[in-house]
Amino acid sequence: MSAAENKPRRDGASARRTRLRHLLQGWLAHHRLSAADSLARVLDHPFSSALTWLVLGIALALPAALTVALDNARALSDRWDSPAQLSLFLSGSVSADEAQALQAALQQREDIEQVVFVSRDAALAEFSALSGFADVLDTLERNPLPDVLLVTPLPGSDAVTALYAELKGDPRIAEVVLDMAWLERLNTLMQLSRRVVLALGSVLVAGVVLILGNTIRLAIESRREEIVVIKLVGGSNAFVRRPFLYTGLWYGVGGGAFAALLVAAALWFLGGPVTRLAELYQSNFRLGGLGIMGSLNLVLIGGLLGLAGAWLAVARHLRLIAPR
Amino acid sequence: MITFDRVSKRYAEGHEALSEISVDIRQDEMVFLTGHSGAGKSTLLRLIMLIERPTRGQVIVDGVNLAKVGERGIPRHRRNIGVVFQNHQLLFDRNVFDNVALPLVIAGYEHREIGRRVRAALDKVGLLSKERALPVTLSGGEQQRVGIARAVVARPRILLADEPTGNLDPLLSAEIMQLFEAFSQVGVTVLIASHDLALISRLRHRILTLRNGRLVGAGS
Repeated sequence: MSAAENKPRRDGASARRTRLRHLLQGWLAHHRLSAADSLARVLDHPFSSALTWLVLGIALALPAALTVALDNARALSDRWDSPAQLSLFLSGSVSADEAQALQAALQQREDIEQVVFVSRDAALAEFSALSGFADVLDTLERNPLPDVLLVTPLPGSDAVTALYAELKGDPRIAEVVLDMAWLERLNTLMQLSRRVVLALGSVLVAGVVLILGNTIRLAIESRREEIVVIKLVGGSNAFVRRPFLYTGLWYGVGGGAFAALLVAAALWFLGGPVTRLAELYQSNFRLGGLGIMGSLNLVLIGGLLGLAGAWLAVARHLRLIAPR
Repeated sequence: MITFDRVSKRYAEGHEALSEISVDIRQDEMVFLTGHSGAGKSTLLRLIMLIERPTRGQVIVDGVNLAKVGERGIPRHRRNIGVVFQNHQLLFDRNVFDNVALPLVIAGYEHREIGRRVRAALDKVGLLSKERALPVTLSGGEQQRVGIARAVVARPRILLADEPTGNLDPLLSAEIMQLFEAFSQVGVTVLIASHDLALISRLRHRILTLRNGRLVGAGS
């Protein structure tokens, strides 16, 4: 008896489940249909679609290429970044033994990687050999050069500055020269460049969204009657919106792919000369590219911008199209 | 099934299209709506479809007070109503099958079910052989029958038609009316706006006559 009582209820629940499953299948089917139909419409006009892709590709390629250039510049500057060197010019009153004791003491410190002692005699010998002023230097009564300790701190800019301040207070040391200024200038320049790229990128991204919005707006206008009919027979706004969102997605994805191609082409074009230039500076530096993930990201970003542009157009224009 | 309770519709420019309309259409009925052009036939149908909203009064369709149906509920409401338009409102870049399938695609039916129902509807209007044809290659009567197939394919409980025989010759018009009668006999509520008095007075159904936005004859 309980089975007989339960039966209709179970049937009701399973019917509801079946109906939900059917709705989900129908929804997925319409997504498939919209995606395929939109793609077919985009490919039906290869020339104008390719033009749209190219415009979007160029707009996306510019910030992408600049980002790649910055990444390369950073990779290059990172090689100079860590071993900022401190040159400690010792007082004239410090003897060679004291200098070596100071070297040993500094060597013990945890924030210092290496300390090299260059005695004043060695420095003079090196200077006269390299400068070609050997004759002039020989006429000097005494060696004008101080003893020097070349300190290589462990990487980390803050520690270097602290070390600089501490060593400056040491009476045995006449002068501490920290050659960081140019590095700071470079870093600041890099930050500035990143800002410029960010600003330029934002403007171009906004341009991409607006271009796509306009393209989708035209697509909506050309299918105005169809939209009216769909609304008349009960199509929801989401249903009407779907094909246009997919159109935007396809334009954006194509634009992103074009941009990745353009960046790759530019890198290929510049790669040879850059490598040769690096070789002339005895560097094994190679130009880095977007890579597969970077390219896929660019396509993804293109797709998202496409969706955004389409959404903008659809939100503005579909509401205005209603049966009269 | 369809109830108008003292419904008036005044357009923004001040023209009163309908005044104080009260009428009740039962589920098993087939009703004609007639009157000269501009008498308010189309407005009445548009109120049922929620293309327009009444200025005063209430419209109740299938137990639902349309004043309570919000903007988001309109698509669902329209899916319960099949509509045949005078100018067909077909999609001319899609073939007959896709045109008829549209309401089912919107309602989210499954692929095979769509095929089955579309062919059943096309069979009913005698156009099964034309399912791959584009609407432009069809005659006016055939286009109208495609429109009817689309209106009934989702098996709505209500069927509205606005001048469905407007551009057709008498023989074709009679055929179309027979189709509507067939749907009425299987329990669909049918409301047809038509000014073809000669045709509709031959058929024995209730006739509502509108004159300047008012109902004048509420019987048959």
